[in-house]
Amino acid sequence: MTTPYDILIIGSGPGGYVTAIRAAQLGFKTAIVEREHLGGICLNWGCIPTKALLRSAEIMHYAQHPDAYGLKIEGKVSADAAAIVKRSRGVSAQLNGGVGFLLKKNKVDVIWGEATITKVGEVAVAATKKPPMLPQNPVPKGVLGAGTYQAKHIIVATGARPRVLPGIEPDGKLIWTYFEAMVPPAFPKSMVVMGSGAIGIEFASFYKAMGVDVTVIEVLPQIMPVEDAEIAAVARKRFEKLGLKIMTSTKVTKVEKGANDVTCHVEDDKGGKQVIKAERLISAVGVVGNIENLGLEKLGVKTDRGCVVIDDFGRTNVPGLYAIGDVAGPPMLAHKAEHEGVICVENIKGLHPHPMDKLMIPGCTYCNPQVASVGLTEAKAKAAGYTVKVGRFPFIGNGKAIALGEPDGLVKTVFDAKTGKLLGAHLVGAEVTELIQGFVIAMNLETTEEDLMHTVFPHPTLSEMMHESVLDAYGKVIHT
Amino acid sequence: MPINILMPALSPTMEKGNLARWLKKVGDKVKAGDVLAEIETDKATMEVEAIDDGVLAKIVVADGTADVPVNQLIGVIAGDGEDAKAISAGPSGGAASAPAPAAPAPAAENTNNGGHVVGNPQTPNARGDEDPFPLKNGARVFSSPLARRMAKDANLDLTKIAGSGPHGRVVERDVKAALSGGGGAKAAPAPAAGRAPAPAMSDDATKKLFAAGSYEEIPHDGMRKTIARRLADAASSIPHFYLTVDCEIDTLLAAREAINNAAPKGADKQPAYKISVNDFVVKALAVALQRVPAANVTWTEGAMLKHKHSDISVAVAIPDGLITPIVRNAETKGLAAIASEMKDFAARAKARKLKPEEYQGGVSAVSNLGMFGMKHFTAVINPPQSSILSVGAGEQRVVVKKGQPTVATVMTATLSCDHRAIDGALGAQLLSAFKGLIENPMGMLV
Repeated sequence: MTTPYDILIIGSGPGGYVTAIRAAQLGFKTAIVEREHLGGICLNWGCIPTKALLRSAEIMHYAQHPDAYGLKIEGKVSADAAAIVKRSRGVSAQLNGGVGFLLKKNKVDVIWGEATITKVGEVAVAATKKPPMLPQNPVPKGVLGAGTYQAKHIIVATGARPRVLPGIEPDGKLIWTYFEAMVPPAFPKSMVVMGSGAIGIEFASFYKAMGVDVTVIEVLPQIMPVEDAEIAAVARKRFEKLGLKIMTSTKVTKVEKGANDVTCHVEDDKGGKQVIKAERLISAVGVVGNIENLGLEKLGVKTDRGCVVIDDFGRTNVPGLYAIGDVAGPPMLAHKAEHEGVICVENIKGLHPHPMDKLMIPGCTYCNPQVASVGLTEAKAKAAGYTVKVGRFPFIGNGKAIALGEPDGLVKTVFDAKTGKLLGAHLVGAEVTELIQGFVIAMNLETTEEDLMHTVFPHPTLSEMMHESVLDAYGKVIHT
Repeated sequence: MPINILMPALSPTMEKGNLARWLKKVGDKVKAGDVLAEIETDKATMEVEAIDDGVLAKIVVADGTADVPVNQLIGVIAGDGEDAKAISAGPSGGAASAPAPAAPAPAAENTNNGGHVVGNPQTPNARGDEDPFPLKNGARVFSSPLARRMAKDANLDLTKIAGSGPHGRVVERDVKAALSGGGGAKAAPAPAAGRAPAPAMSDDATKKLFAAGSYEEIPHDGMRKTIARRLADAASSIPHFYLTVDCEIDTLLAAREAINNAAPKGADKQPAYKISVNDFVVKALAVALQRVPAANVTWTEGAMLKHKHSDISVAVAIPDGLITPIVRNAETKGLAAIASEMKDFAARAKARKLKPEEYQGGVSAVSNLGMFGMKHFTAVINPPQSSILSVGAGEQRVVVKKGQPTVATVMTATLSCDHRAIDGALGAQLLSAFKGLIENPMGMLV
């Protein structure tokens, strides 16, 4: 048994490791338990490696249209699955090593294994039983091993895993989750993607760019269901222009596995049935919190729909026990987890952090075209009782967008007509994931339309569309 | 007497700290020595103890407020037998709670044709299309644009709303809380949402104390607003202390008579100059500052400005206000030059024709109410000056010399000092140098 820790975090995903570093900065003796990979899903099997894949997809797309830019590529441009995957894994490995370095630098003890909270203030760590996802990074040097560890404050940051639909259980061969989809041995000829949320649509976009015949099936009437309907419609039009097949209001009722293909039986909301045959099926129907085998039930920790219930500062109903990130509920985003973790330890320190306003958490999807949003959609704003003023500005009216050869897209802003409060911003088109933060800062500072109008945006940039969208909401738009 | 709890200085250099949390609630009984709250700086966390028994009547600065200046009112204890509720509901009597801030003068008043008083004019609101940032205890109230607009639309006074955003910024939820709290900040005496201090009685509440029709209501002009704002700010933010001496001025009066009698007469048969007692005072203060150079200073947050010359500002009363033109380099000027400069200043001040550079700045000041027979008073320092001399009337008093009562003409002078810039002994040296010069005016000649 070692000396007790002030803070012990279970899970080293983006929520966990950031929390650990912040806790160490605050002077807490801190430890983090990890069973498989520093950096968690985000860094090893999520956000980061998919961005590497999508970068390959983006370059592939440009390489297929060199004439659009006055260029000629002699010979054939082709995708090498092994090399693309290798690059993606290399990006993950580099950052995985970086997390180890940061933890070491901040004197955070890393404990390797699977944790169970045996009682308040005590965690038992056993050797990892879960089979690893391959390829796996080596276990970092200098980690502590199995044993019993004491800590005044225990923070559960165990993240989430793919949701499984009964009867359509992923097998890793024909039916993939994001794990297998991230490391394809080769590109299949055809594919069905079940679910059009961020994960589903990003993989659909990637595989389409790699020449795979992709069909996306979404049970709701709109793809990317959390996004503004207008934005989703613009995105859909562009996806379809790029050759993606999309079926909405449609569900997969049955999947039959063949030798090297799957047969999906689908049914739309009007009862129309179809059969779609494809080599692979990606199940991207959401994620569920990792709340099992942690000892939470025994301690009487309150959970709701598969997630730990917490207050504004990450506290569970059991004193000394906290949860942050995906395991503590939606939105299941890395940046939400990080912020939640920082608030949690700052509150433990007595620093009186401000609770997070979940309406101000941006969301980014890196498909082609990209989608980014923050705040209320137009429909949700109306449902919440606001009288809204809506501004729109299309990419076609922006000089930089035309110069980039990216004329498809839209910047939409939603204001409260009464106060000028920016309720939401919704963007689709090239590079919008890098633009959204301007609106996030504006919302956080509670700017009104007036302050945004008074802001000077640099020319020529895509960001000018943010300005024009605001101007449009108030009838002052220049370039449409 | 309610006891004001002020933000303590935990170290000699501490200027502000964070109020981490209150350990007592409003209504809690406290005994001397009880820990009331925890204050944290970047270096340490310390406790604020009650210095007397009573009941915690009011919390002015809420838990988690960062960067609270030293000596700011943070809470109030009601003493034994006092009604804690009355204190918490009524207008704050705290030293740090200045009167309701006056709106800065509108841009039109910031031209050179008058309306300027007591130093630097407020920078006009450049945008001109929205309310300027409101002031509270002379400091800007940080607020979000949305909060400002919502407060304006609802006719709420933003300065009466406690901010819960970073560094006490007033944000949307604070305005919403104020609105749902029955419009606490809305020109009513009750504190907003039960949290905000009520810095002063609202206008309506004040008016209600007088029978309707029993008074005439005269809206403030720019000068009045500036006087109110600057002096409220100065009185609450500058740690004043006062030193008083009696000066015998029989020698001075005799010298003055001799000098004035010797004045050559011009073509209009008028003497070329007429020196007043006040001109001697200006000159004496200027020379004294040269003799005690450590007191010839201006306080800034980053450094002490040690001046080479003595720029003496002189308060000039004009109808409905006052203004303080400055005799620059007064130590280098002869009495006649000072007299003629003051004559010109007074005439142009009454016509409100002084230029900003003629009344902005200065290192010390003279305020003389001797002509009204005042014996003694304590003037408020006018920043950036670090001291001001309050001069009373020269009057015949019995003074004891060598055990014998004799009659002398005595003038009482009181120096108000900014303790941040001038410590007690230093102020005493300055005032004593002044006394030496005023009692032996020949000393000013050398």
